[in-house]
Amino acid sequence: MMSNMKTMFDLNKIDSDGGKVNLNTNQPVQQEIKNAIEVRNLNFFYGSFQGLKDINLDIEEGKVTAFIGPSGCGKSTLLRTLNRMYDLYPGQHAKGEINFYGHNILSDGEDLNLLRSRIGMVFQKPTPFPMSIYENIAFGVRLYEKLSRSEMDERVEWALNKAALWNEAKDKLNQSGLSLSGGQQQRLCIARGVAVKPSVILLDEPTSALDPISTGKIEELINELKHEYTIAIVTHNMQQAARVSDYTAYMYLGSLIEYGKTDEIFIKPKRKETEDYITGRFG
Amino acid sequence: MNNSSNIDPAVFSRRKRANKIGLALSVGAMGLGMVFLLWILSVLFFKGFAALDLSLFTADTPAPGSDGGGLANAIVGSLMLVGCCTLISTPIGVLAGLYLSEYGDRSRIASITRFVTDIMLSAPSIVIGLFVYAFVVAQVRHFSGWAGTIALALIAIPVVVRTTENMLRLVPGSLREAAYALGTPKWKVAFMITLRAAQSGIMTGILLSLARVSGETAPLLFTALNNQFFSTNMNAPMANLPVVIFQFAMSPYDNWVNLAWGGALLITFAVLALNILARVVFREKVQG
Repeated sequence: MMSNMKTMFDLNKIDSDGGKVNLNTNQPVQQEIKNAIEVRNLNFFYGSFQGLKDINLDIEEGKVTAFIGPSGCGKSTLLRTLNRMYDLYPGQHAKGEINFYGHNILSDGEDLNLLRSRIGMVFQKPTPFPMSIYENIAFGVRLYEKLSRSEMDERVEWALNKAALWNEAKDKLNQSGLSLSGGQQQRLCIARGVAVKPSVILLDEPTSALDPISTGKIEELINELKHEYTIAIVTHNMQQAARVSDYTAYMYLGSLIEYGKTDEIFIKPKRKETEDYITGRFG
Repeated sequence: MNNSSNIDPAVFSRRKRANKIGLALSVGAMGLGMVFLLWILSVLFFKGFAALDLSLFTADTPAPGSDGGGLANAIVGSLMLVGCCTLISTPIGVLAGLYLSEYGDRSRIASITRFVTDIMLSAPSIVIGLFVYAFVVAQVRHFSGWAGTIALALIAIPVVVRTTENMLRLVPGSLREAAYALGTPKWKVAFMITLRAAQSGIMTGILLSLARVSGETAPLLFTALNNQFFSTNMNAPMANLPVVIFQFAMSPYDNWVNLAWGGALLITFAVLALNILARVVFREKVQG
């Protein structure tokens, strides 16, 4: 089954080879740092309003990259360009390049459904589908894979385990996803995203609607998941960015003000604006 | 000791009086409405229950001058007409509503469809009956159950279209985005996520459209007409409760008038049951 998968999708091949593939030798290119996503000169427009201004940024594979900044600064907009979610809405468009393992996803012929199966997303509010917990997870898997009943059972258990929800949900897999608590619903959404085995997971303020205990669980989860997935997270909570991320980007009014290792951004920011925001003098 | 200095007793009492008058007027208006509703219902129950017996469900409509009789042919006919109407109007109405909400949105063809649907919603049902008479009955040269079904479907479809669209619009955009974020193609998002999320609301709409058409008389007068005998042939004129009530209520025969009361009670109960069912279905959705 898995060998079928590889021949079906180019992006899977890239992913399974762990990054860029040298086309001549078919050998992985040796690199110290592998970037899952490289954003180049990205400009984004809501109609005539420019939401992002000339963004350049690398998202390293297997790390957590956090986007922080005041409301309306463009951090969610940036995240939504990475899986081209903005394409759902006429009038929104992006210019520039977003290279996903060397392949520009902003190019015209891009298959968006395939792209989104490789770059998953979890939203601010939990969004369980109106079906059972089991079906919530199986739904996405069925879109791109044909699994037997027992393989699907395994996949569902695996995904729920990844999202630290298996113990709470294993006895009610046939109950509606809506019967779970808010924090559990959000973990179900993460499980659903993980189940399709993407290579990048985008989290758009995943804990802002949750209580502190659920938030703690999700943060633990992010630490676990980054061993296997590249994660980009938008958060309003600077402590959260400091706790979970390896890299932090500070954005303001559609521009990327400062980007670097989280420790450096929080302990010794290079730009005054960043320091003002982080220390609470602004925002 | 003056502790309420700036209240003018005249202003205060005038306001209390105005309040009493307003309250009395609104209670009176409600009472007037309730009196007539209860009057209609009590007459209906009093006369209707007197007509209720087993032969109402087993015997066919009587010939002029003959004793007894029942409404079996009309009950079965009504069930068949309304049932076929549901089978036709549900897929068309739900798919059209899905188009308006998920695909057409603000496009020209969608706004035209919406406009036409709104006109159809408020079109007098007799106009729809005449339309079907001209385009179906006059063409095939006889009244038929199918013509009645088409007329009822034309009344039900706009109701289903509008409720479906409204219910789909209540589904939060974040749910659609979440489905797209997994790489779901658009048609699957529409049919498997959005439609499913709105399903109890849509069911409510379908049930209410049923309640609406099951009492319609005017469109059936020109289409299904009536049939004195038991018939399940949709290509022939078909007995149905509303038209039987219409004809029997104006007849000089006591047993016919009696049967009309019984039929009216049956329809009222059926519509009431549909409305209650619709509320129950919708409440289940709200509770999740």
